[in-house]
Amino acid sequence: MNAANLESRIPNPALENHQPLGGRIVTKPFMILGVLVLIGGYFILRRFLFGMGDVSHMSNGFPIGTWVVLDVVIGTAFGCGGFAMALLVYILNRNAYHPLIRPALLGGVFGYTLAGLAVMIDLGRYWNAFNLLLPWYAQTNSVIFEVALCVMAYVTVLWIEFWPAFLERMPPAFKKRFHLHKMQIFLRRYMYVFIALGVLLPTMHQSSLGSVLLIMGSKLSPLWYTTWLPLLFLISALAMGYGVVMLESTLVQRAFKLPSEAALLTRLSRVGAGLLTLFLVVRIGDLLARGQLGLAFAFDRYSILFLIETTLFAAPVLILASKRRCANTRLRFLATISLLAAGSLYRMNGYLLAIDPGNGWIYFPSAPELLITVGVVGLEIMLYLIFIKTLPVLLLPGRIAEAAGRPS
Amino acid sequence: MDPDRRQFLRGAASAIATTAAAVAAPVNEARAFGPREPKTLPPNAVGMLYDSTLCVGCKACVTACKEANDKPPEQPAALAAWNQGTWDTAEDISGKTLNVIRVYQDGAMTQKDREEDGYAFVKRHCLHCVDPSCISVCPVSAMRKDPETGIVTHNPDACIGCRYCVYGCPFNVPQYQFDEPFGQIAKCQFCNHLQAKGQLPACCDVCPTGASLFGLVADLQAEAERRLAQKPGAVYEFPRGQLGGDRSGHEAPIGEYQPHVYGEKESGGTQVRYLTGVPHEKLGLPVLPDHAYSAVSEGMQHTLYKGMIAPLALLGGLVVLARRNAKAYHDEDPTRTDDEEDSR
Repeated sequence: MNAANLESRIPNPALENHQPLGGRIVTKPFMILGVLVLIGGYFILRRFLFGMGDVSHMSNGFPIGTWVVLDVVIGTAFGCGGFAMALLVYILNRNAYHPLIRPALLGGVFGYTLAGLAVMIDLGRYWNAFNLLLPWYAQTNSVIFEVALCVMAYVTVLWIEFWPAFLERMPPAFKKRFHLHKMQIFLRRYMYVFIALGVLLPTMHQSSLGSVLLIMGSKLSPLWYTTWLPLLFLISALAMGYGVVMLESTLVQRAFKLPSEAALLTRLSRVGAGLLTLFLVVRIGDLLARGQLGLAFAFDRYSILFLIETTLFAAPVLILASKRRCANTRLRFLATISLLAAGSLYRMNGYLLAIDPGNGWIYFPSAPELLITVGVVGLEIMLYLIFIKTLPVLLLPGRIAEAAGRPS
Repeated sequence: MDPDRRQFLRGAASAIATTAAAVAAPVNEARAFGPREPKTLPPNAVGMLYDSTLCVGCKACVTACKEANDKPPEQPAALAAWNQGTWDTAEDISGKTLNVIRVYQDGAMTQKDREEDGYAFVKRHCLHCVDPSCISVCPVSAMRKDPETGIVTHNPDACIGCRYCVYGCPFNVPQYQFDEPFGQIAKCQFCNHLQAKGQLPACCDVCPTGASLFGLVADLQAEAERRLAQKPGAVYEFPRGQLGGDRSGHEAPIGEYQPHVYGEKESGGTQVRYLTGVPHEKLGLPVLPDHAYSAVSEGMQHTLYKGMIAPLALLGGLVVLARRNAKAYHDEDPTRTDDEEDSR
């Protein structure tokens, strides 16, 4: 498929546009998610009343648990769709992918905002959280300080980037009343600044999420501990960003019976495969250079984790290597799942599974701890569904928008 | 080549050039991405020499520490059967225990300070690193190192409870109180409050054998080397309380030491020194390189974020590209609105 064909696939803005999907909000899946959120909420309440030990298996050997690793480290990588698409569309000028941008942005908005929520549950002294913004407490050597400020800034940028969707939905009279049209004009004129920030900030904090592990030293297996951690985290975050866009697009298209974006996704999947190849080259090259590749075949716990992780990274590359397989929706979906699992496992290994704090410490999350994570993710999906149904997020052909009210 | 592709390549080329420019500046500097310079011992660094061969495991230091720092006794559930709440049985340092004596046991445990069929005591608390990981990772400067004495202190009013000090400490020293709704980080601060009044740290103050000995780090290192230079079994006058203090010492035979002063170089050096009869790694004192991991992590951050040059250069390039590309597709600008006309 060449670029000219892709261009022809771009909908004419005069006929098609970002539109709310419509339909009922409270559906059966929505109710199920709601129950999960309530369960999570119950345990969050317990955490604040009785302390973290009441709901979590975190210990002083493993003081970082699923709330940070699943909700923040992996959750923000899942929120990298907006970052990855902005890089492709606005920096590398691949406008063909434009229809995918706004849903990707929305995924980022919730991925990151709820990572922030998870951090507030996880912070042991949350009432002091504001100290992060007080210059006299700032500790600029701290990688976590960089991550914290950068993520806060990026959450703000994401909401600004998404703000036009709200403005478009507001009644003109309302906008006039509150002079919001001025904001609209301002955003329209200077959006490129926020787009640039929306690429810079994730580049910074996603790589820093790798640098965080540099302090672990011999607590982290040499299969993962390398000064290339920041680059590996950045590449895999980008790859996961494209993965999430493909996953979201496929699922939404299936669930709401929208026209397929297969042509775009085929192209996008090859971008993801390219990044995975780059990741594997750096990953394996680094192990060779440090002379640690032998550890990969020791067939102990770390070696097996490494082999599973590397298989998951390599599988999408192999699947997507042929154009024919690439165009096959089912295989492409399989490759997407493998990509996302690989990036997630890489993060989980680095932060938890390949860590040995010594002294016989082990960690396995408790059920309430996991249910809080499930609740946060459930809330994320619920909000996503509400937003795509009520706000102009998806690029729809006119007729489907008219059919609003159809149960989903 | 179609125009779209050409434009893409041009965009890609400028993006790569931007990135290269952003990275090149700091990379040109010597030792880019290498660890930053190691830190040195503060001028009047105070510390402790713990001699495992002198320790009799009386745990007077544990009790004294709890009293001096207002910490409650601990009764782990596993030991509840023969404890019944009468005395403190902390197994390791925790949110309620800043200092603890642990025991190494092997086989028949017939002889003290022997690796096989022997046993040995070891004390666990903060080692007050020269280049502490906890300070390096703390985002809000809650961990600080006194520029004179080198004591590493914790300020709970600054602390946000992110627990990266717990995660990153090579000795697993800072402990968060997971059982408290408003928990805080607990760690040995070398009885800073007592030292301010001219007193000794509680553990060194009460130690009956001088196994925990307070002093200036440089003096303690010399004392440790003196002990290592003696023949095992030779009678030696061991000081008590403070090295060079006015208390009487006691005579005892020199132990069979491992030929290693633990804490001199580990993790860039600490202000606590250990002499042990059993290899230190058996006692839970990990094998560590001579450099601090904080130097590795800060070296990386200082290279990438030096003067914020690289991020700003990258931002500049991104703004230029984003502006040009967003303009080129004005119709599909994300800010384009349907009702623009009536909003004017």
